[in-house]
Amino acid sequence: MITVERLTKKYGGHPAVDNVSFTCEPGTVTGFLGPNGAGKSTTMRMICGLTPPTAGSATVGGTPYRRLGNPGRHVGVLLDASAQHAGRTGREVLALAALTMGVDKREVPGALDRVGLNATAGKRRVRAYSLGMRQRLGLALALLGDPAVLILDEPANGLDPEGIYWMRGLLRDFADRGGTVLLSSHLLREVEAVADRLVVIGAGKVVAQGDKAELLAQSGTLVRAADPAALAMVLDRAGLTGTKTTDGGVVVPTGSEVIGRAAADAGLVLLELRPAGSGGLEQMFLTLTAGDSVKEAVR
Amino acid sequence: MTAVLQNTQTPSVRGESGRAVPLGRLTLVELRKLADTRAGLWLLIVIGFATVGTSAILLGWAPDNELTFGEFFAFGLLPSSVLLPVLGILSMTAEWSQRTALTTFTLVPARERVIGAKLIAGVLIAAASTAATIVLAAAANLLGRALGGDGGWSVSGSLIWQGLLLQVIFVLMGLAFGALLMSSPVAIVAYFALPIVWSILGETIRALRTAAGWLDINVTTAPLSEPDMTGGEYARLGVTAAVWVLLPLALGVWRMLRREVS
Repeated sequence: MITVERLTKKYGGHPAVDNVSFTCEPGTVTGFLGPNGAGKSTTMRMICGLTPPTAGSATVGGTPYRRLGNPGRHVGVLLDASAQHAGRTGREVLALAALTMGVDKREVPGALDRVGLNATAGKRRVRAYSLGMRQRLGLALALLGDPAVLILDEPANGLDPEGIYWMRGLLRDFADRGGTVLLSSHLLREVEAVADRLVVIGAGKVVAQGDKAELLAQSGTLVRAADPAALAMVLDRAGLTGTKTTDGGVVVPTGSEVIGRAAADAGLVLLELRPAGSGGLEQMFLTLTAGDSVKEAVR
Repeated sequence: MTAVLQNTQTPSVRGESGRAVPLGRLTLVELRKLADTRAGLWLLIVIGFATVGTSAILLGWAPDNELTFGEFFAFGLLPSSVLLPVLGILSMTAEWSQRTALTTFTLVPARERVIGAKLIAGVLIAAASTAATIVLAAAANLLGRALGGDGGWSVSGSLIWQGLLLQVIFVLMGLAFGALLMSSPVAIVAYFALPIVWSILGETIRALRTAAGWLDINVTTAPLSEPDMTGGEYARLGVTAAVWVLLPLALGVWRMLRREVS
């Protein structure tokens, strides 16, 4: 169980995270979505007590992270897979964490094995690891303390398609056994397959959150016409504003019937008219956050 | 009385999890971190070889009457007093330069405990290196006697513990500089250069000469290698240590507690 209440972080007056609230329930996977620089990582660092919030609070299992006595046994955290000493072996990284958390060192080989790193990989130094291997090592580290909660920042980065598929299975299984998962990504499709709930953040603010199926259902209608210019005029006359997708369609935040009638009245030939689904959601946070993310990335 | 069934809804959380990580265990972790990277391990190996080297130099080139336990011990402390502080610096700075602080402070949010464990680990490694130097000096002395050297064992007890004090002061100074500057190259350069710069200034500028007698760490630590330091010498050493060790340490701890980890 993770509870985030009105978390805010300002850097020199500029809000990187602005009044963010959400909860993650046991038994669910929550996808934390947003473009780069939207404030996902800052929010997660605040949950884990690494960054002091300007305002608001966060608790894990009802306790602020910094007050958890031995947090590794409650919460598995992977915030940045590259943040490991390049000169340490993978096995040593886990051995140190096991020693810190009071986990039996004999569990280290099993922990490596669970994430698909064999004994040879464990003996190698992290410097020689690919990003995918580092993600696996980070996941092994997060799971080592047998936690009830997982907080993972972009864990799919650097994983190959097989690795992403494997990780989804692992997280799904973890949640099905009663665990709580908070998982961030800048790609909707990456979390769509595993998340039960979505929290979409853009420019520091939550722009949408809720049940995945609900969110996808209300994400608008995709319409494509033989004559795009005429369609734009029809939509304009009906008082609807659409956003263009990359492949020539338009996503309109309304039901298909409204658009269908408007098109029929104007005698417009439609090629496609369907619920926008994930494409609509993706389009939504792209338009909501475009521009800001670029500025934030270079901050 | 009714028997209440214990609620075990979240089976994954184990018994021990609620208690804070004990300081002893953290110290073990920090000691292990000193030697489990290539940089740390090689630094320790170089210190070991260099210490053996000091004995070899004395055995090979010193006059026979200087081949005593005291001489072997005093010279043997030199490599570790120079290089162990670098290990201390790296212990602090690697958390930031290698970004392991993210894992370290996620597993132990009470950063002051991690810093405390690092300081204890530094003192322990200084003590261990002093003990190792004693053993090595004894072995070299036996060898020296066999080769016709003086082989005397008499050494003032004060020298042993003053040697330990020297090691501890320098390692803590390294840790303090590492905590304050948070960057390996900057901290290493500052650690070695600043005392030298201060020595030069103290020697050349007349107005600074009195202050240098209290604040020049190269001057005030020199009596540590002479038997039976006086109270006045300890006072000067104490003032120097406050300025070169405690002050940067206090500022460094303050910085480390406040710095955002990312």
